[in-house]
Amino acid sequence: MKVALFITCLADQFFAEAGVAAVRLLRHLGCTVTFPEGQTCCGQPAYNAGYWAEARQVAEHTLEVLEDAPYVVLPSGSCTTMLRAFYPELYRDQPRRFARAEALSRKTYELSEFIVKVLGVSRLGQGLSGRRIAYHHGCHALRELGIKQEPLTLLRNAGAEIVDWPAAEECCGFGGLFSVKLPEVALSMADRKLATLPQGQMDYLTSADGGCMLHLSGRIENRGLNLPVRPLASVLWEAAQR
Amino acid sequence: MKVTANHYPQEAARVLRETPEVRDSVTGATLNFDSKRRQAYAEVEAETWRRWAEAVKNHVLTHLERYLLEAEANLQKNGVQVHWAEDADDARRIVAEIARAGRVKKVVKAKTMVSEELGINPMLEAMGIEALETDLGEYIIQLLGQPPSHIVGPAIHLNLEQIRRLFHERFQTPLEASPDQLAAVARKLLREGFLQADMGISGGNFVVAETGTLALIENEGNIRLSTSAPRIHVALVGIEKLLPRFSDLSVFLSLTARAATGQRLGTFVSLIQGPRQPGEPDGPEEVHVVFVDNGRSSVLADPEAWETLRCLRCAACLNACPVYRQTGGHAYGYVYSGPIGAILSPGLLGLSETKPLPYASSLCGACFQACPVRIPIPKLLLTWRNRAVQEGLTPRLEAAAIKGYALAMTRPWAYRLASRAVRLLPEKALDNSLVPVLKAWTEGRAGLKPSPKSFRQMWEDGEV
Ligand code: SF4
Repeated sequence: MKVALFITCLADQFFAEAGVAAVRLLRHLGCTVTFPEGQTCCGQPAYNAGYWAEARQVAEHTLEVLEDAPYVVLPSGSCTTMLRAFYPELYRDQPRRFARAEALSRKTYELSEFIVKVLGVSRLGQGLSGRRIAYHHGCHALRELGIKQEPLTLLRNAGAEIVDWPAAEECCGFGGLFSVKLPEVALSMADRKLATLPQGQMDYLTSADGGCMLHLSGRIENRGLNLPVRPLASVLWEAAQR
Repeated sequence: MKVTANHYPQEAARVLRETPEVRDSVTGATLNFDSKRRQAYAEVEAETWRRWAEAVKNHVLTHLERYLLEAEANLQKNGVQVHWAEDADDARRIVAEIARAGRVKKVVKAKTMVSEELGINPMLEAMGIEALETDLGEYIIQLLGQPPSHIVGPAIHLNLEQIRRLFHERFQTPLEASPDQLAAVARKLLREGFLQADMGISGGNFVVAETGTLALIENEGNIRLSTSAPRIHVALVGIEKLLPRFSDLSVFLSLTARAATGQRLGTFVSLIQGPRQPGEPDGPEEVHVVFVDNGRSSVLADPEAWETLRCLRCAACLNACPVYRQTGGHAYGYVYSGPIGAILSPGLLGLSETKPLPYASSLCGACFQACPVRIPIPKLLLTWRNRAVQEGLTPRLEAAAIKGYALAMTRPWAYRLASRAVRLLPEKALDNSLVPVLKAWTEGRAGLKPSPKSFRQMWEDGEV
C-alpha cells in the first residue's frame, strides 16, 4: 500500500525521530512511504487564530501537494483534524475547492488510526511489555474525529499498561496560540492535568500531538517533575520491535 | 451590568495569581456537575434527545415572530400582562412602572440571569426599593456585592470557609457551622422576605406558545415562593425562550435538568398559568411577562451566530470547560461566562466590547459534547475570531506574523530556509525574551529544543 507521510511542521522541527519511527513502522507493516517534497504546515495556526484567508492559502498549497497521494498519514491528531475536518469547513462556500478538500479528507488518517482501521492491524508486537504508560488524548483527535480506542488498543496489545488517569481526556491547555495568548490559564490547565496523574512509577507519557507534548513536557521540565514525554509514533515503533 | 470583557486576559491572570482558591472551588464543583451530567445523559438516548431539542429550537427560532405572537395571545388569555422590551433601558422602565403602579416597597428575586443582564437590582435600589435575592448562592453573592460567577451556581467560586466567615460576620453564626446550619439561617431571613415582599421577579426557562405557560426549574423552592407569595409577579424572559407545544416540555424540562445538574428533573418545576383565579387560595394578583430582546434579534439575524440562541442556560458548557474551570466566571467581565459567554457576549454587545472572549478557549470541544442543544460552540468561537480579524481588531504584530507565516508555508524553499536558520541559532536562542511569543512560552515552560536535524533533512540525507 502506498502512503504519503505528512510530517507536520511541529514533528518536522521538534520530533524528527517520531517521523523516522512512523516511516519505519509503516514500511514494517508493508507500506511504501513517500514524502511529498512541497509539504510545509497544515495551516492550523492561522485557522485557529481566525486568519482564514491565510489559512486558505496554506490549505490550497497542501491540497496541491497531496493531490496524488492514495493515502495521507500524519503522526499528529490535531493536524489530521485540520486536513480532514477543517479544510472542508474553510471551503464551505467554494464548491470546487470543497470537493478537493473532501477528497483529501477521505484519504487522510492519523497514524494509529490508519494502522488499525485501514491496515487492519491491532497487534504490532510485544515491545511494550511491562511498560506503564500515561496516554494523553489530544482534543481534536478525540472529540472532532472520535479517535480514542485505536492508540490505546495498539499500546495495550503490545503489552503496555495504560494508567488510569482521571483527566486523560481533558485538555492540557496547549490550544496553539492559546498557550501564549493566555499563558497563565494554559499553565494552570497543564498543572491540573498533571496533578491528576496516578501515583506510582510510570515509564513515560505519550501522545499523538506534538503541540500538547511540547506544552506538557515544557511544563514538566520547568517544574522539575520526573516524567519523560515520548511521541506515540516512537512508542509504536518500539512496540513492533519484539 | 458593567461590561469589562476586554480585560479578560489580565483578569484571568489576576484571579489565578491573587485568588488561587477560586480555581479549587470552581474545579471541584464543575467536575462534580459534569460527571453527574454524563451519568444523567447516559441514562437516556441523549444523542436523540439533543438532536430533537436542537430541531425544536431551530424551528422556534426560524418561526419566532409567529410563536411570540401566539404566546402573547395565550398569555393574555390567561390574564397575564405582556410587555416588550427592546433593550435594557426599556426593560428597566417597564419594571419600574409596574413597581410604581403597584406601590412596591420590597422585591424578592428568584435567580435570573436576564435580570443581571438588564441591571434590575441597581435600578430598584435607586427607586428606594429593597431587592432581596432568594436563591441561596445568589443571596451570598448579593451580601458580598459580587456578580454571579456561574449561570447555575452563582457562588461557585466561593468555598465553605469563605461562606462560613461571611455568615459569621453578618449573622454571628459559629465559625464551624455546617452547610445545613448556614442554609437554615439564610432560609429564615429569606422567609421573612417572602412574606413582606410585594413583588417577585423571576426569569423563565420556557414559555409555551400553545398554552401561554411559563415554566421555571429550580431546586430550592425559592422560585415557587417568589412567584406565588407576593402580590405581583414579573417574569423577565428572553425572546428566544419559547417552545411551541406544551408536550415539548416533557423532554425539555428533563433535558435541562440533566444537562445542568445531572438530575432527572428539577426538584421544583413551576408551570405558571396566570394570576390567582377567583376562588383560588393563593397566587399573585398580577402576573407580567416581559419579553426581552436586548440584542437577541440581531443575533437571530446573524447567519452564523443565530444558533447561539438555542441556549437553555444550563451551564453544562461551563462545567465541561477546562478554561472556565481555572478562573470561574468573573474574569469574563459579563453576566454570561464560560463557553456560552464567549460566543453570546460578542453577539449581544458587539465584538469591540468583548474582543478577548472568543480567544478564551483552547478549542478542546468539551462544551459542544455537553451542550443539550448542540450549539457548535468551538465553530462559533472560530467564527468570532475570524470576524475580529476581518474587522481589524487583532494586534497588528500578530496579523503581520500570520501573513509572514502564510508566505513561508506556501513556499517550500522559504520553509526550508527557516528550518535551517532555526538550527543555526545559538542554543537557548528560542528562549529569547525579546520575541513576545517566545517570552510568553518560556515563562513557566522549559525552552523549545528543535531536533538536531529536521525530519525533512534526514529524509533528504537518506537517513530514514
Ligand atoms: S450553550 Fe449549551 S451547554 Fe452552554 S448553557 Fe447554553 S444550552 Fe447549556
